Amino acid sequence: MTASGTANGAFEAQVDQGDLLKTLVPQVLAVLVRRGAEFAAAEDAVQEALLEAVRRWPDGRPDDPKGWLVTVAWRKHLDVLRSEAARRRRELVDHAEPPAGPAQTDDDTLLLLFLCCHRDLTPSSAVALTLRAVGGLTTKQIAAAYLVPEATMAQRISRAKRTVATQGVQGPGDLGRVLRVLYLIFNEGYGGDLDLTAEAIRLTRQLAAGTQDPEVAGLLALMLLHHARRESRFTADGALVPLAEQDRSRWNTTLIAEGIGILQAALDRDRLGEFQAQAAIAALHADAQRPEDTDWTQVLQWYDELLALTDSPVVALNRVVAVGEADGPLAGLRALRDVPADVPRRTAVSAHLHERAGDLGVAREEYLAAARLAASGAERDHLTRQAARLHGLG
Amino acid sequence: MAKYLLLKHYRGGPKQMPNAETPMDQWTPQEVTDHIAFMDRMADDLRERGQWVSGAALSPEGTFVRFDGEGRPPVTDGPFAETKDVVAGWMVIDMDTLEQAHEAAAYLSSAPGPGGLPLQEWIEVRPFLGNPTTVTE
Repeated sequence: MTASGTANGAFEAQVDQGDLLKTLVPQVLAVLVRRGAEFAAAEDAVQEALLEAVRRWPDGRPDDPKGWLVTVAWRKHLDVLRSEAARRRRELVDHAEPPAGPAQTDDDTLLLLFLCCHRDLTPSSAVALTLRAVGGLTTKQIAAAYLVPEATMAQRISRAKRTVATQGVQGPGDLGRVLRVLYLIFNEGYGGDLDLTAEAIRLTRQLAAGTQDPEVAGLLALMLLHHARRESRFTADGALVPLAEQDRSRWNTTLIAEGIGILQAALDRDRLGEFQAQAAIAALHADAQRPEDTDWTQVLQWYDELLALTDSPVVALNRVVAVGEADGPLAGLRALRDVPADVPRRTAVSAHLHERAGDLGVAREEYLAAARLAASGAERDHLTRQAARLHGLG
Repeated sequence: MAKYLLLKHYRGGPKQMPNAETPMDQWTPQEVTDHIAFMDRMADDLRERGQWVSGAALSPEGTFVRFDGEGRPPVTDGPFAETKDVVAGWMVIDMDTLEQAHEAAAYLSSAPGPGGLPLQEWIEVRPFLGNPTTVTE
């Protein structure tokens, strides 16, 4: 970023400060929680410290803004504890000052993530709390992204905080649950002004910086490889463009290269998991200059691995698509028989395979049926257009 | 995490259970008050749980309207007293699962009617179409 004038420079300084706080607030919060502060109380203390920063930083920002915020927030927290204790006329519990020294950012972030993805929280609560406490987003932004009233999101977050406060962290956190929450945020896509995919990538990068787990790297690679295709997934007026028809010159090669590099390093550790396998499939697609260059045999092998790891009917259905491409539509239709009838998108896959097998009448009927079952408007419209394309042909 | 529309019908849908067959104007005023209070409480509970999106009651009579060509006023028709299906009101809720949405609908259907007994009226649950997910293949 370069300043092109004084006014502009001042503006950018403000923006920089906003970005800085967005990054620092969750870190400061994490330090307080690690030191034993209760979640909601820690958040209040951080807010107090921020107010103090707004008052005092214009006279000169401290050299170590994070250290400054931690010190002030911890003091505010102790003040509250002391006054509460005094008010209740009981002995002040002895809060030992934590040892001095640099705060352990990465461990703290991980601890905060474990707390936000607590097993007693529903997925939607864990998502909201993670975006608020670790992502540093405002309740208003999160509410807008998920298209609910701000008061509803505020309730969801404060309930989640209460749950976490009463349960606390019991035993080692579950990294798998954290990864599923981050994946959920990524998959929700683009809600309102807030780009949830970018937020999910930011959080996963933060997590990956502090952990050696190859599945964290696998998830990050998966996100980058999908994010790389973002521009080509929709037409200018919002219609869905399937993978085979995307303009591959618009794929972001920098993100693809980064994703593949991260994935390669993860796979080298030889501890395969579902996110690495999913990322490997995304990497094979990203690698193909043209759709016909796709190495479907390898894609199919990865789906076999993924199915063995997850035993998920959704994976089984996606594997059928790969079978159809690798071994032909009739083989695909045979494999489809083993996929339960209630798996989402099964009818759409069946329609596509029937079309490729030349059975246009059945394909058209199934595209229509699939459109009625679609879970998103863009998908429904896409499937309706497929049915319309075959109208009068079969 | 998905949104669901809960539709309350005056008429339409499957055959109503006995307690839902008496029209509301034949209830006692207290029964009407209790019924409405139940729904307000339900909305408050949903707000408190962070699951509320919106809701409203609708006037039972409406008008059908259509475009009649450039520069011409809209054409209206109705109201039709004999309409088979009339929507009385709706709620939009944000739930983790379809099962939860069904539980909320069943709870709404337990709202008191004549004699303070559950109405057991049919509530229609319609999922919203969302955004396509980022990961598709």
